[in-house]
Amino acid sequence: MKELLFIIAGSVLVNNFVLSRFLGECPFLGVSRKLETAISMGVATTFVLTMTSVATYFIQFYILEPFGLSRFLQIVSFILVIAALVQLVEMVILKTSPALYKALGIYLPLITTNCAVLGLALLIAIKRYNFIQSVAFGLGAGIGFTLAMALMAGIREEMEFGDVPEALQGAAIVLITAGLLSMAFLGFSGLIPM
Amino acid sequence: MANVILVSVLSMGGLSLLLGAGLAYASKKFAVETDPRVDAINEVLPGANCGACGYPGCSGLAAAVVEGNAPVTACLVGGPAVAQKIAEIMGVSASGETKDRKVARVLCQGGVKEARLKSDYHGVKSCRAASMVNGGPKGCPFGCIGFGDCAKVCPVGAITMSENGLPVIDEEKCTGCGLCAKECPKQVIALTSAKNEVHVRCRATLKGKDTKEVCKVGCIACKQCEKACPFDAVHVLNNVAIIDYEKCRNCMKCVEKCPTKAITSAFAERKKAVINDNCIGCTICAKNCPVNAISGEVKKKHAVNAELCIGCSICAEKCPKGAITMVRGEGNIKTSICDACAAVK
Repeated sequence: MKELLFIIAGSVLVNNFVLSRFLGECPFLGVSRKLETAISMGVATTFVLTMTSVATYFIQFYILEPFGLSRFLQIVSFILVIAALVQLVEMVILKTSPALYKALGIYLPLITTNCAVLGLALLIAIKRYNFIQSVAFGLGAGIGFTLAMALMAGIREEMEFGDVPEALQGAAIVLITAGLLSMAFLGFSGLIPM
Repeated sequence: MANVILVSVLSMGGLSLLLGAGLAYASKKFAVETDPRVDAINEVLPGANCGACGYPGCSGLAAAVVEGNAPVTACLVGGPAVAQKIAEIMGVSASGETKDRKVARVLCQGGVKEARLKSDYHGVKSCRAASMVNGGPKGCPFGCIGFGDCAKVCPVGAITMSENGLPVIDEEKCTGCGLCAKECPKQVIALTSAKNEVHVRCRATLKGKDTKEVCKVGCIACKQCEKACPFDAVHVLNNVAIIDYEKCRNCMKCVEKCPTKAITSAFAERKKAVINDNCIGCTICAKNCPVNAISGEVKKKHAVNAELCIGCSICAEKCPKGAITMVRGEGNIKTSICDACAAVK
């Protein structure tokens, strides 16, 4: 139990996927304009991440490794699963909340190519987690992603009213903010012995 | 080795099959009930996603039509045929109110031969880029630059670049989507009604003398067209002749007068009115003819003096019996096509 908490806390804070591992920067910068959509995007990505961790666990340890295919089929099969899962999420969101579907726009199908998702799948294979650990890792990664998105969106919403120097307006100040956030998260390193 | 291939094919195939089946099930389970008319309209739209209607792509227009925000005739590319189909789906009549077909026209004749260059341009072969360097290489700041950005952007391939460095528009192919007009950095292409045959092919608002210096076929604002026009349809404004297409009746008087040939007609020869045996001699045509080309006694068949007739079609429109037809004689050759083949040679 303690180990699972470590994994979750580790992937949320210490090795935050966005701010420490620098995975999934695209939606982090693209959809973080409004807090509400940012959190929705985070939840959608969390769902995909958790489902991916389940699926990749079975694929890695029950298909790829027993047949010795993991060297060359790993990325192909992971992407296949991720693409299918994103399709599923898209359908569910379109059904349940068309407004959210519109707000997420192109970033929703782009979860497919979100490197946080593939990164998670590959990390599970490298770290050789068991099933429960994999799910915890995926969940933690998702929570971490949502946290980073929410933080960024909150800051950006405030920044709309801020007096940003002309040269730094737009993407520049967002990237600087992302860098500062990332530095802040580096302060968590060493919190948990990994 | 063969074993590895077999296993990978089988495992990946099985995995894909599983995921595919899962998605198929999910798509049924989570099917969103959209208005079937949206899909139906989307089907009949051309699917070019050209955006000429002002909506983001064909599906955007389909949704707007169903919501009642766009008319059934909104698709310019599809034209009346598509409007008819959409009207059927929406259960309304297309009501014949389809806008008359618009065709892109090139309003510049200053090609390599006619227009003087002021500089030698060696940059990116794009009109937009060239126009940013001191207004482009042509001496005339209003002229066609000739790198064919319009031809590149045309979704139906209706524009080709002639040897003379000017775009030639195939009016049969042109759908009037207006993308070329938007793309042209000099706004040399304009959308005009397909009915309009006479155009001032110059947009240079330079003084007459200056225009003459940079281009052999530019409008020099001599106002001869203004004087020649029987319908008050052409005026020189800002040193360039502009045709009021509402008033223009394609009589080609201005085309004949224009000393620099800046005004052109799509046809080499004007059409002539011909009165057939349905004529009851009501004299309405004779009264309305602006050039008094029609003569005849009351209750007797009238005749047209072909020498005088300017082909304005007013008589044909006024005739209550539909006894007048407009006939184009020997010169029924599209001059624009002639230009094209001359240029190719």
